[in-house]
Amino acid sequence: MKPNLAVGIVGYGGYVPRYRIDAAEVNRVWKDSAMPSGRSFKAVPGPDEDTATIAIQAARNAMRMAQVSPAKLRAIWFGTESKPYAVKPTSTIVADAIGALPHANAADWEFACKPGTEAMQAATAMVGSGMAPYAMCGGADTAQARPGDILEYNTGAGGAAFILGVAEESLAVLEASTSYVTNTPDFFRREGQPYPSHGQRFTGKPAYFHHIQAAVKELLNETGASPDDFRYAVFHQPNYQFPLKVANRLGFPKEKVVPFILTSQIGNTYSGAALLGLAKALDQAEPGDKILLASYGSGAGSDAFCFTVTDKIKEIRERGVPIDKYLKRTKLIDYAVYARYRGKLRLH
Amino acid sequence: MQIAKSWRRQPSNLRLEGTRCTACGHLAFPATIRCRQCGQAEFDVYQFTGFGEVVVSSIVYEAPRDFGEHVPYCAAVVRLEEGISIATMITDVDPEDVSPGMPVEMVTRRIAAQGDKGPILYAYKFAPLLENQ
Repeated sequence: MKPNLAVGIVGYGGYVPRYRIDAAEVNRVWKDSAMPSGRSFKAVPGPDEDTATIAIQAARNAMRMAQVSPAKLRAIWFGTESKPYAVKPTSTIVADAIGALPHANAADWEFACKPGTEAMQAATAMVGSGMAPYAMCGGADTAQARPGDILEYNTGAGGAAFILGVAEESLAVLEASTSYVTNTPDFFRREGQPYPSHGQRFTGKPAYFHHIQAAVKELLNETGASPDDFRYAVFHQPNYQFPLKVANRLGFPKEKVVPFILTSQIGNTYSGAALLGLAKALDQAEPGDKILLASYGSGAGSDAFCFTVTDKIKEIRERGVPIDKYLKRTKLIDYAVYARYRGKLRLH
Repeated sequence: MQIAKSWRRQPSNLRLEGTRCTACGHLAFPATIRCRQCGQAEFDVYQFTGFGEVVVSSIVYEAPRDFGEHVPYCAAVVRLEEGISIATMITDVDPEDVSPGMPVEMVTRRIAAQGDKGPILYAYKFAPLLENQ
């Protein structure tokens, strides 16, 4: 899929909360044998943080980099599966905070971990059709996990926002994108339930791997590109192993993928995961680099994107906040504090 | 928390919007209806940059209603770079590490919520300047 007018990223920003818990600390409490191999941490939102505050900070960082008037944003679309309100958009809170209201479209997107890339495709269409000079899209989550579940070892918190505009103003131009979606119930959360359920090993082969491989192969066919043409590749990262394995199956060498797998530092940030990886890749990209992005959302589907970095990247990127700033800003907490911050202790 | 009251305060709570007197240029936060410097009543909206420094701080252990879930937290007076001082909370730092002169920047946080069913109040707090961390 390509828009009629060439579209690209004119600014981006990410955010990761300060607190971290060691997977070994989760294991200490639950004495489970399911602990992921290797040392890993996950980001934990503070007691005053939620998906809205994470999205707001990511959006502010993107605005700071893009330096566009908020009044010119015609869409503010955030994807999440941890909305603070079940009914009331998070995106209107974000849009209000950055001064983009009232002449804008604001909505929350939902597709497990990939609504942010769906919003990116829609934002591309909005700018590419000439309906809007700029559109913001992004994904943020405070990922939920049942205490003691294998998910609890690495469900993190974080998010990223991207502002799309015409190619001439962009730091990276979108060459093409594809989507591959089926009705596959590998992971879900029923109405009113606080924690998601998952199909254990079913989340792998017929779900994550099948959908990402299909979306990326279609993208490569559509663009005529091969893995050798890409400098970096960013995949959805529910854990450390899955993105490495899918990259290997698609022919992307490890060194093009590893720097953007953030799960061992901040966990799986659900809707923020692939987008934070893309932001990290853009933080170190050079003009002319091609970057592959492939998201995954349970339920299930994958969106794949091909970006080419432009000569403007260094000048524009200088105005932003590198993702590394947030990755290095850490405060380790124990399970008791984590349980308090995540609302796992019900006092009333 | 009254919904109408918090809704009216959203521009100041979410964007640090105050007023600038069109006659003398005096800045006010939150927005005012009469200039404290010259007495005029016409203003432009002024959005503060959100950067400043801590003037004084204290650690709160016994919090007012609605703030109990955050104790202990740091309450402080922050002087914005435009010269206005505001009462606020400091976040993303251990309260005992906050000191006068610490550079801070505005962040938006969840300030209070009416249980599991009521509205959530989002407003400004200040955090240590990210560049310094």
